[in-house]
Amino acid sequence: MRSKIITFIAAAFFLTACGTSSEDSGAGTGSGTATTTTTAQPSTSAAPAAPTIPGPAPGSQEHLVVNVGDRVFFDFDKSDIKRAGRSTAEALAAWMNNFPAVTITIEGHADERGTREYNLALGERRANAVYDYLLALGIHANRLRTISYGKERPAVLGSNEEAWSQNRRGVFIVN
Amino acid sequence: MQIPNLIDIRLAIGTASRLFTPLLALGMIAAASGAARAELVVDITRGFVEPLPIAVTDFDGSALDETQFGKDISRVIAADLERSGLFRPIEQGAFIQDPATLRIAPKFGDWRLINAQALISGATELQADGRLRVEFRLWDVFAEIQITGLAYFTTPANWRRVAHIIADAIYKRLTGEEGYFDTRIVYIAESGPQNRRVKRLSIMDQDGDNHRFLTDGSVLVLTPRFSPTTQEITYLSYVGETPRVFLFNLNTGQQEVLGNFPGMTFAPRFSPDGNSVIMSLARSGNSEIYRMDLRTRKVTRLTDHSAIDTSPSYSPDGGEIVFNSDRGGTQQIYVMSENGGNVRRITFSAGRYATPVWSPRGDLIAFTRIYQSEFYIGVMRPDGSGERMLAKGFLVEGPTWAPNGRVLSFYRQEPASDRGVVRSKLYTIDLTGFNEREIVTPIDGSDPAWSPLIP
Repeated sequence: MRSKIITFIAAAFFLTACGTSSEDSGAGTGSGTATTTTTAQPSTSAAPAAPTIPGPAPGSQEHLVVNVGDRVFFDFDKSDIKRAGRSTAEALAAWMNNFPAVTITIEGHADERGTREYNLALGERRANAVYDYLLALGIHANRLRTISYGKERPAVLGSNEEAWSQNRRGVFIVN
Repeated sequence: MQIPNLIDIRLAIGTASRLFTPLLALGMIAAASGAARAELVVDITRGFVEPLPIAVTDFDGSALDETQFGKDISRVIAADLERSGLFRPIEQGAFIQDPATLRIAPKFGDWRLINAQALISGATELQADGRLRVEFRLWDVFAEIQITGLAYFTTPANWRRVAHIIADAIYKRLTGEEGYFDTRIVYIAESGPQNRRVKRLSIMDQDGDNHRFLTDGSVLVLTPRFSPTTQEITYLSYVGETPRVFLFNLNTGQQEVLGNFPGMTFAPRFSPDGNSVIMSLARSGNSEIYRMDLRTRKVTRLTDHSAIDTSPSYSPDGGEIVFNSDRGGTQQIYVMSENGGNVRRITFSAGRYATPVWSPRGDLIAFTRIYQSEFYIGVMRPDGSGERMLAKGFLVEGPTWAPNGRVLSFYRQEPASDRGVVRSKLYTIDLTGFNEREIVTPIDGSDPAWSPLIP
């Protein structure tokens, strides 16, 4: 499993710029993480004349959500990171390089269509898939932690395919 | 949380018609009863059983509080027997003979007239030392004989347990199986919306009475399991946002993390002798099964595979462990010897299989099956043959056995609304798949685990 993930990395790594961001950053409904736009680099030099619109604090959870996206999605009973998820993870790695003091907890989640204990194991496997990918991208292990919530903390309400596809996820939490 | 004082003394009472003759000697418990066995037996080997009509009378007492104990005890016994699905307590309004004359002797004709096949009479008496004496007699109405009779001395606060113990004695005498009424169920009480579900470790008698929350809901807790030998529960807690296996001591209320592992520990279950806990440890994306000896704290790894290995459950002789693994590509059920060797897969039908739990009698393994978007609770023999589905739903999961291996409990969750309103309830069902009943709990419930018979 791990070697399969790592083979994806080389190809994906060079395709990605650090400016990816999530279009939809609403908590619990974040969907597209592959959409690349040109927004919100951490601002370094502000034009003095322009009124400053206060944005999220650089390096904060909200900043991560706006600039990178805070989650990746998985197929049913699977833990391999899909193309869009790889892009998000690469953007996360770049973002973490900009904020070297930041540490991240990777949450692994499952949808409700499995048994509790198996889903705890599956969530751990998913969180670890993201963890391994970030390690391969050069993030140091001491900046990363994983936790599985199994099916205990769905992000999207309801019992339907749309909700389940959003709940099979890995989520990045700034510590 | 201390279990009330045990029943002090248990005496056999004979067929004397006057109840307050001196009690017969200790140690005669079943002596006077063997011959009547063939007369009145509830056959529980078939799937559907026509419930046996039984008259459970209010136990007679002289003083007012004795009478009240007598009514309460009778009510609990009747409810236990009714819920088993094997007995149909007759409405008390139909009774012809009153408790006072019944105390002298049954008028069997009166009871035949209302079609009672079995009759329970009894008496309560507060002793000078403050204890409550409770006696009962089980009569075969058609053979006109006493089948069994026992007396108990206990603290009055303990009257419910006496009622459950009497119900167990009646159940055992008429079915030939051990009872399961003097037991408790530990489970997870749930409230709140789907995405912020509050979960509390909780315990109650098997009939839902004496309900008590053991944790306050501030920390996520899951999958409690009873020790077969001590007043302890093992369960999963997210204390400190780290999922780990804990022990909860019911007598002291103390919680203790089990071991110091480098990853998430989960899916705990006691060994049949109560001396070990088996559980999964997840590390680097891989879950393996370990055993911890609770006395020495020595840890032994039992599985070694890159797949998920979880939900272990011992056979009652401790020789084998059934568990859940996706090493074959999907979740299936496997059996291995207690040292981790001789692994073999036992489920081969369509669908995914999970949460295997070995029956305390050893003859069956209960499981959850997921097939074509439905969840099932089923049982099969330990070699995987003879599979039968007992219950079905959008989500049913987590079977647990009553200590007699005849009845199972599980939980059923309904689909959530789009606003996240979700319902989850506990149920019991007979091994034959009949008599599904909800266990009424104050709020929603999941992850039930049945206690052994209370010692």
